[in-house]
Amino acid sequence: MVGIVSYGSYVPYRRLKRAAIGQTLGIPAGKGERAVASFDEDSVSMAVEATRDALRTAPGVQIGALLFATTTPPYAEKLNAALVGAAARLPLEIRAADLTGSVRAGLGALIQGADAARGGVGALVAMADCRLAAPEAKSEQAGGDAAAAFVLGSESVIAEIEATASMTREFLDTWRTPGERFPHSWEERFTLTQAYGPLLGKAIQSVLTKAKVAPSQLAKVILDAPNPRAADEIVRGMKLDPAQLGDTLALTVGQTGAAHPGVLLANALAAAKPGDRILLVAAGDGADAVLLRVTDAAAAYRQPRSVGRLIESKGDVAYATYLKWREILPTEPPRRPDPARPAGPPMFRSETWKFGFVGTRCTKCGTPQLPPQRICIHCSTRDQMEPYPFADRPARIATFTLDRLAFSLNPPTVNVVVDYEGGGRFLCEMTDCAPEKVAIGDEVEMTFRRMYTAGGVHNYFWKARPKR
Amino acid sequence: MASNGIKDRVAIVGMGCTQFGEHWDKGPDDLLIDAAYEAYASAGVDPKDVDAYWLGTMGQFSGLALSVPLKIPYKPVTHVENYCATGSESLRQACYAVASGAYDIAMAIGVEKLKDSGFSGLVVSDPPNDGTLGNMTAPASFSLLAPAYFKKYGLDADHGKDVLSRIAWKNHRNGAKNPKAQFRKEVPLETIKNSPKVADPLGIMDCSGVSDGSAAAIVVRAEDAHKFTKHPIFIKALSFVAGPGEGPLAQDYDFTTFREVVASAKDAYHQAGVTDPRAQISMAEVHDCFTPTELVLYEDLGFSPRGTAWKDVMDGFFDLDGTLPVNPDGGLKSFGHPIGASGLRMMYEMWLQLRGEAGPRQIENPTLGLTHNLGGMPGRCVSFVSIVGR
Repeated sequence: MVGIVSYGSYVPYRRLKRAAIGQTLGIPAGKGERAVASFDEDSVSMAVEATRDALRTAPGVQIGALLFATTTPPYAEKLNAALVGAAARLPLEIRAADLTGSVRAGLGALIQGADAARGGVGALVAMADCRLAAPEAKSEQAGGDAAAAFVLGSESVIAEIEATASMTREFLDTWRTPGERFPHSWEERFTLTQAYGPLLGKAIQSVLTKAKVAPSQLAKVILDAPNPRAADEIVRGMKLDPAQLGDTLALTVGQTGAAHPGVLLANALAAAKPGDRILLVAAGDGADAVLLRVTDAAAAYRQPRSVGRLIESKGDVAYATYLKWREILPTEPPRRPDPARPAGPPMFRSETWKFGFVGTRCTKCGTPQLPPQRICIHCSTRDQMEPYPFADRPARIATFTLDRLAFSLNPPTVNVVVDYEGGGRFLCEMTDCAPEKVAIGDEVEMTFRRMYTAGGVHNYFWKARPKR
Repeated sequence: MASNGIKDRVAIVGMGCTQFGEHWDKGPDDLLIDAAYEAYASAGVDPKDVDAYWLGTMGQFSGLALSVPLKIPYKPVTHVENYCATGSESLRQACYAVASGAYDIAMAIGVEKLKDSGFSGLVVSDPPNDGTLGNMTAPASFSLLAPAYFKKYGLDADHGKDVLSRIAWKNHRNGAKNPKAQFRKEVPLETIKNSPKVADPLGIMDCSGVSDGSAAAIVVRAEDAHKFTKHPIFIKALSFVAGPGEGPLAQDYDFTTFREVVASAKDAYHQAGVTDPRAQISMAEVHDCFTPTELVLYEDLGFSPRGTAWKDVMDGFFDLDGTLPVNPDGGLKSFGHPIGASGLRMMYEMWLQLRGEAGPRQIENPTLGLTHNLGGMPGRCVSFVSIVGR
């Protein structure tokens, strides 16, 4: 049996109220809010967060394939998946690929991951997107930023992949050339009536026929359709009961591009019971359909950081601040030097530290320390260190400051000295917090972030954040 | 193995110090020339009589930064750099060279031209690295002291802020009496306390300024000192330590002390034979880069017992007319902090005070003075302490 062994998801902390967009721009506003990646997040960093959660609940699975799906890769050339793999401390011997170009890359990656698992290779599939659209675009309000990740394998499967079907056809729907920041899209009526309607229908029909399953046998149908009207037509065509439909998270998160089928599936799996059949459908230059059957093993599986919990954990961002974060609204640069581009060889030497947040522990006196040391800070013993991971260790704030002078897209920069449970101390930035509420003794956890970009190089490293 | 010191073996016989401030009309070469020639004149020596030079300044690679503008003909000129204690380090090297007998007359000189960068605050660039070093400014790193100190000794935020404000107020009050200071005005306590925040709880008025300046000292063997001046000042102790950087690494550091300062003070007192600094030291110039730094230094230097410096501050113990005046010249607060020059500027005040030349700031009959210079951040720094006397 091949299928999902574990899952993780990530909804960033920040929310942008659609009313705030409407009010600022003087245009009609949709209901609810959308999730917004913070100024220090991107598709890679969000994928890392989801991946860490997925791996935490899949102990012992050998990962031999890593697939990263996104339409917003931080690097146009350079393997973005390698960054995800380094932060998640995946092994060296691994096949890896970025899947991009269409929002359908997300579900496509899941199907390819299942194929790898079927071939005996455990797969990690991460999907993330930072949906960016021009101010006033419909998709500016409808879009959202999020990530999801799945471990696929053939043992301890919690959701078996029973069948898949994919339709690919050339037509002009949504496009963006290299160098463009915002996508264009063709008239909805054309894509709905001529392309998505028929293609989604065919994909669904195909996958159900392959598995010999009737629509009425589906416990949940997750339709990641390009627009609500397309979804309505399918629901009518399949004569589905509204109770069979999953929440599209339109009001709380928004449509999260390549990540969306994954986020919706993670959300559905949290509530699924053994025996449930879930149909997952996504559109984008064609359509993919995946039929899953929740197994008995699912009863014992639990992902503590659920989509629901992440949706609840949130803080607002003003629309003007969001425009600054995305550099849509240019601002006066600070009278401080530009940050320096991180250098290749030092990053290469410190890969497990910089990307994996692995410090050292002295085997002589047992003192954990970070960054990695050769000579123990406690007992001065030389070269008796063992690797010691800190990324998942709980920590508390020993002292802190709010730096209003440092360069940041989101001042003030909160700097914290954190003490880890079991030993080790680190001075780092804190993110996703209300600066005025930071206090000595607060519990924090580590999160992988994009610190800044300089000279075309994204500088990824770790920050602390309040426990989510 | 011991730090023996060179008590009473070397004397300072001449000093120069430029005005500190915004020298839009002068480059670093001009400042060096001005400070050096003031020092030559002060000691009554001809430039050609000086045997060796130590130059303290940031980001230069060689002694050419001094030998070229001064046209020093084929003599040893050494560039030294040790963070914000760079100026003191140049003096220490010059003193040891003279004490060793290698040279008869040496000059220590420091300079910094900070106002040409166009940036706010101090800018230090790291060598190429992996991008994990952080982006913390100097006020932010020193502000870590304040909440830790307040919490440990039971001061609420408002009371703590009053203590910090009074330190800045005292230093500005002293600086108002100093023609060479960058800021020569008293500043009301309320203005200091309510100044715009830079790194909470520090406001802009808790920070030292950004300025240009240069200072220089001429040192000779003690037995030769009276050939140059009637009132030389004698080196009693020079201590310098660099720490292992425990603060951001080890959980037992609590951000209410600089262990490096404690170590260098202990060493300096040992070299000078000082056993009760609170009683024996007549005056001190300390590294008040930010107000909480000065607060913690009082305790690290042994001027106040642990947890009580804040009371001494409020009692006026460190005021110009107090028992142990600290930063009588106005400190970094009034002078700004041109890195390479600051340590020598501190010594310049000792020079004036011990010779009775400090004018309206003159402290009555001082015998032993201390300068303290610090570089880095709490828990990861270098510290210099000197003791000088008549």
